[in-house]
Amino acid sequence: MRIDHHDGSERKDSSGKPAGSTPATIDGGVHRSRTHDSGAKHVTGAAIYTDDIPAPPGTLQVYIAMSCRAHAAITKMDLSAVRRAPGVVCVASAGDIPGVNDVSPIMGDDPLFADGLVEYYGQSLFAVAAQTIAQARAAAQLARIDYDDKPAILNIDEAMAARSFLQEPYVMARGDVKAALSSAAHRMNGRIETGGQEHFYLEGQAALAVPGEDDDVTVYASTQHPTEIQHKVAHVLGVANHCVTAEVRRMGGAFGGKESHGNIPACAAALIARMTRRPAKVVYDRDDDMMITGKRHEFQIDYQVGFGADGRIEGIAFDQKVRCGMSWDLSEPIADRAMFHADNAYFLPAVRITSYRCKTNTQSNTAFRGFGGPQGMVAMERVIEDIAAHLRLDPLAVRRVNFYGHKDEASTTRRLTPYNMGVEDCIIQDLFDELAASADYETRRAAIARYNQASPILKRGIAITPVKFGISFTKTFLNQAGALVHVYTDGSIHLNHGGTEMGQGLFTKVAQVVAEEFQVDIGRVKITATSTAKVPNTSATAASSGTDLNAMAAQDAAGKIKRRLVEFLAQSHNCPADDIRFKPGRVDIGDGKSVPFDEVIQQAYFARVSLSATGFYATPKISWDKDRASGRPFYYFSYGAAVSEVAIDTLTGESRILRVDILHDVGKSLNPALDLGQIEGGFVQGAGWLTTEELVWDDKGQLLTHAPSTYKIPACSDRAPDMRVSLFERGHNVEQTIYRSKAVGEPPLMLGISVLMALANAVAGVGTDCEEYIPVKLDAPATPERILAAVERQQANSKTPGGANTSDHETGPSGRKDKK
Amino acid sequence: MRDTVTFVLNGAVESVRDVSPTMTVLQYLRGSKRLCGTKEGCAEGDCGACTIVIGELDAARQAVTYRAVNACILLLPMLDGKAVVTVEALREPDAARSAHGLNNNKAAGGGIDKEADAPRLHPVQQALVDYHGSQCGFCTPGFVMSLYAAYVEGGELDRSALNDLLAGNLCRCTGYGPILEAGLRLGDYAPAPWDDARRDAELKALRGLDHGAGLALRHGDQTFFAPTAIDELADLYAAHPDAHLVAGATDLGLWITKQHRLLPQLIAIGQVAALRELTLADGVMRIGAGVSYSEAIEAISLAFPDFGELMRRIGAVQVRNSGTIGGNIANGSPIGDTPPALIALGAQLILRKGRAQRRLALEDFFISYGAQDRGTGEFVEAIEVPLPAGPSKLRCYKITKRFDQDISALCGCFNIDVKAGVVTAARICFGGMAATPKRALKVEAALIGRPWTLDSVKQAAQSFADDYTPLSDMRASADYRLKVAQNLGVKYYLEMSGDAGANEGDLAPPKEIETRLVGPGAAVEGIS
Repeated sequence: MRIDHHDGSERKDSSGKPAGSTPATIDGGVHRSRTHDSGAKHVTGAAIYTDDIPAPPGTLQVYIAMSCRAHAAITKMDLSAVRRAPGVVCVASAGDIPGVNDVSPIMGDDPLFADGLVEYYGQSLFAVAAQTIAQARAAAQLARIDYDDKPAILNIDEAMAARSFLQEPYVMARGDVKAALSSAAHRMNGRIETGGQEHFYLEGQAALAVPGEDDDVTVYASTQHPTEIQHKVAHVLGVANHCVTAEVRRMGGAFGGKESHGNIPACAAALIARMTRRPAKVVYDRDDDMMITGKRHEFQIDYQVGFGADGRIEGIAFDQKVRCGMSWDLSEPIADRAMFHADNAYFLPAVRITSYRCKTNTQSNTAFRGFGGPQGMVAMERVIEDIAAHLRLDPLAVRRVNFYGHKDEASTTRRLTPYNMGVEDCIIQDLFDELAASADYETRRAAIARYNQASPILKRGIAITPVKFGISFTKTFLNQAGALVHVYTDGSIHLNHGGTEMGQGLFTKVAQVVAEEFQVDIGRVKITATSTAKVPNTSATAASSGTDLNAMAAQDAAGKIKRRLVEFLAQSHNCPADDIRFKPGRVDIGDGKSVPFDEVIQQAYFARVSLSATGFYATPKISWDKDRASGRPFYYFSYGAAVSEVAIDTLTGESRILRVDILHDVGKSLNPALDLGQIEGGFVQGAGWLTTEELVWDDKGQLLTHAPSTYKIPACSDRAPDMRVSLFERGHNVEQTIYRSKAVGEPPLMLGISVLMALANAVAGVGTDCEEYIPVKLDAPATPERILAAVERQQANSKTPGGANTSDHETGPSGRKDKK
Repeated sequence: MRDTVTFVLNGAVESVRDVSPTMTVLQYLRGSKRLCGTKEGCAEGDCGACTIVIGELDAARQAVTYRAVNACILLLPMLDGKAVVTVEALREPDAARSAHGLNNNKAAGGGIDKEADAPRLHPVQQALVDYHGSQCGFCTPGFVMSLYAAYVEGGELDRSALNDLLAGNLCRCTGYGPILEAGLRLGDYAPAPWDDARRDAELKALRGLDHGAGLALRHGDQTFFAPTAIDELADLYAAHPDAHLVAGATDLGLWITKQHRLLPQLIAIGQVAALRELTLADGVMRIGAGVSYSEAIEAISLAFPDFGELMRRIGAVQVRNSGTIGGNIANGSPIGDTPPALIALGAQLILRKGRAQRRLALEDFFISYGAQDRGTGEFVEAIEVPLPAGPSKLRCYKITKRFDQDISALCGCFNIDVKAGVVTAARICFGGMAATPKRALKVEAALIGRPWTLDSVKQAAQSFADDYTPLSDMRASADYRLKVAQNLGVKYYLEMSGDAGANEGDLAPPKEIETRLVGPGAAVEGIS
């Protein structure tokens, strides 16, 4: 199925039918493209984000003061001048917290305000509330703070050397790796480093706290996790959860960055509100946001692999070194997920993955689309490329011989993951066959080789890479969701669920499901802000699971109301329940009678039928034994594949993506247009992570790239001039997900790995005048500087054909991590 | 002089007095006017979420020209005499909707049908909705306004034009495809009649504004002057030599939003008509200090095509619509992109103090980091660039992590003459390699008089290590900068020597070798 962005049926002039007619289909049901529910509000500026909410009179503006040391004891903190500054109403620091000084999601190790110790440059110290943000910021500069510096560990190498770990290394293993490595015909080892990534949600972290009576407070926050906001605010204020309501209508992007890092703004605003009995607002500006909040984890991964003459892997060992930052945050499940995806789409007969969770004196790294998966996966893909270079094979052939067994394959010998879960739904072969053909991979690879022979300065490269991504929270208990559906007496429907809208179109999809259940036009379904007062005890909207969980819960709620309506109609019309069918805009009852939906609802109301229901869903089949590193953490897998073609300039290291072909599996798509948007956006974000997006810290641990002037996410022209994105037409979830769809939020990000591999392939093109292919060491982000360095290594190797060391190309880190 | 800032906001005249002259337009819109559709994404003019459209009367006062700018680094008094259009003003006004019976809260069941209640949208808005151009929606108002400015001004919006148009608008969700698609399809939509009505109102209102006298604002300890005549400017600056001059505020705006500096005295040069002239006469291009990049780019591209391509990559549309070449020089930055090109072209700077003019070679203006040869009360009046007799031999190389809207790690400009196979003249200047934009005098010396061969270029390029001791920073390491500078010498040679032998040693365009990834002539543009 090739779906263009242009879908004429989406035009505004195809509006809903007047009530009372009997259309053939509803407007806005499932499996159809539908524009984002807030589209018109986005383009008119009418969509309200946290900082746009009309603040009550007297609202205080709050500035969070930050540490300018990476690791130090605070020997003195004198805030008297801050308190005396013009406009200042309240100053709050650790001693002012009535509850617990902690905003961490799990482990209890993230203070709201530093208490005697700072562990990174940018850590929050205290909050200043003033009439204006300029007054608050200026006042904060008047603080007198004395530090006693301690040794700071700023990167992975330093952490490894000092064994600065958050916990002992965690191992996941299956089979005898040592034996497999020693008996293999070929062995290689190598290392790949991937930098971190700033989320760069366009809307910064923001929270508005409005005090109520008693201990109550309502917090409007830009968060993926309202329940955590509720819990952390209650925790900090020392009140029961029922005192706190957290609400979010939408976020201006999140990407994982608003899973836990909205806690400081929300708790600081709530604390000020509590102390002053006035509303209080915290909005990070861009620089502060980037200085305070965590990023994608930087990884350094070493591998040892043994393989046969056809490239088939026999044994492999990965050492994954993870830069977690100053505290746990979500690093445990993130580092776990990197291990879960160390295999990507390949069966590893004997495997050992060791995870080192490094503690460093930098921002506490956090969730970011893919949640460790991309880092684990990129190392596996580098292994495949290196094997292919070593054996002088097309990497495509090496990928094919290593894939997990296809789901229809009789033999089940190649199905087991390193964590003993059977891969029952593997379709990567189908995707690869179709994509390699539609993208004309073989022909273009040959054409590129010819081009590189003829072009001394510009070189091209191409790569095809797969994605297999496990869907479910690996913390099994999180896989639950609730929903709340009301049908009002005029037939309009109020929908609420625990998921949050960050642009991904979750609200649209869940509304489609509810419209489909009731067989009414989607225009009748009012999508409402996520609120802990409506649906409690929710999980973060994360792990790509928003639709899987919340649409199922909403379907459950709608189903309950439907069953009550059916029971009522069967009784009142004296017919079997089976004869009652919800049809577009109406309900058909037995022998040819048809009642408009509105009338059914009114009749039900007068018959005293409850028209409100909660819904609930818990993902079946999953389990995880952490101690044995074994189980079924995932309900199913999502698959995808991408071909990228790139060009590099061997004089400057600059690069461009020329063409991208993507084939992605979303099962039976709930909304093809929204899914394509996630795929394309995810790919570009993944490509950005691996190319232009570089985080640089100085030797004091200060982040130097804290604004778009220095941190470069992809711009419009970075999108490949030729980009072809398709949904896998045969997609079908073997598990009973909502309308057999598959999750789509995170998996496409990893399609961007094809860009890094294509760049390495282009670098290899430098050496085409020599006989043998040499594995290219190109770390990420592949900035012009790293590409040029790789080109120079390749040129040096090419000058001495045969002399190049191909069996052990551990040349040490090629890129700078922390520039002076 | 007047003490009130008067402008047209979404069709209606606004007068503002007694506000801080360093209040940004974004703060004014979101705070004072509660027009919250315009967003803050970075407060430094790099993300475009705050994009608004400014309308200005043309010289004949007969029509309004519209251009997109960043509200986050634009100062409120700079709106004086202009029209401002924000995202809220594009859809059909409520009054018109009532007339069409499309009011909210319609009775008789229509109230639950959201579609019937939807406002009629401007074509750029409707296209973005239809082609799924918004996901989280936070960057969307900025994209709407960038597209709107281009839509109103006309001209073809193909893929390449859209890439340029939208280079200053960052989107983190969509990957840009749906937005480009919307831009390509704008022509499919019927124009919005209500938009013509608003623009008519703007034209009338702008013509009615008193624009004769300059502006003199006082607020607390702050003053802001916007003179209209150059002598007036010279006198004001002489009287207030501690004042900061501001042209487009694309740099000075960041002193306010990023460094949180208090700027007590500002003198804006944007209203001085004489500084906004660009003339070509007697073999010289004269660029007034108030000429924006956008206003200069066409003339520069004609005379020096590769300088034009370099200009295309300075900031993005919003920045180029505000920022000036004069400001790029006067702020003395070592990483401004126009000084290396202008120095390679042998440009002269015209400085003015009171009634006195002074002229010096541009390279002599830059003394050291933060220090320029500019006296107290002296200001940049114009830049003069000698025009070449034949095709320009200037080539410019801007090296960045991202092609568009990025600051140069290094920017190298080469301008070399070869006669009968021998180098007769060479001007090579780099930004990002030293504390100022600086000529590579040792490389130039090593080239002049030498045969024009790859070997002699490579050998001469070694001297970049003697000319420059670059720094390592977040953009690139010192080693990389030096290595690339040397490699760019090779690139210039390859680009200028394709037919060298056949042409008696003169420089000539290359025949076969592809050397560019972006810009005109980049072979990869045509990839299928």
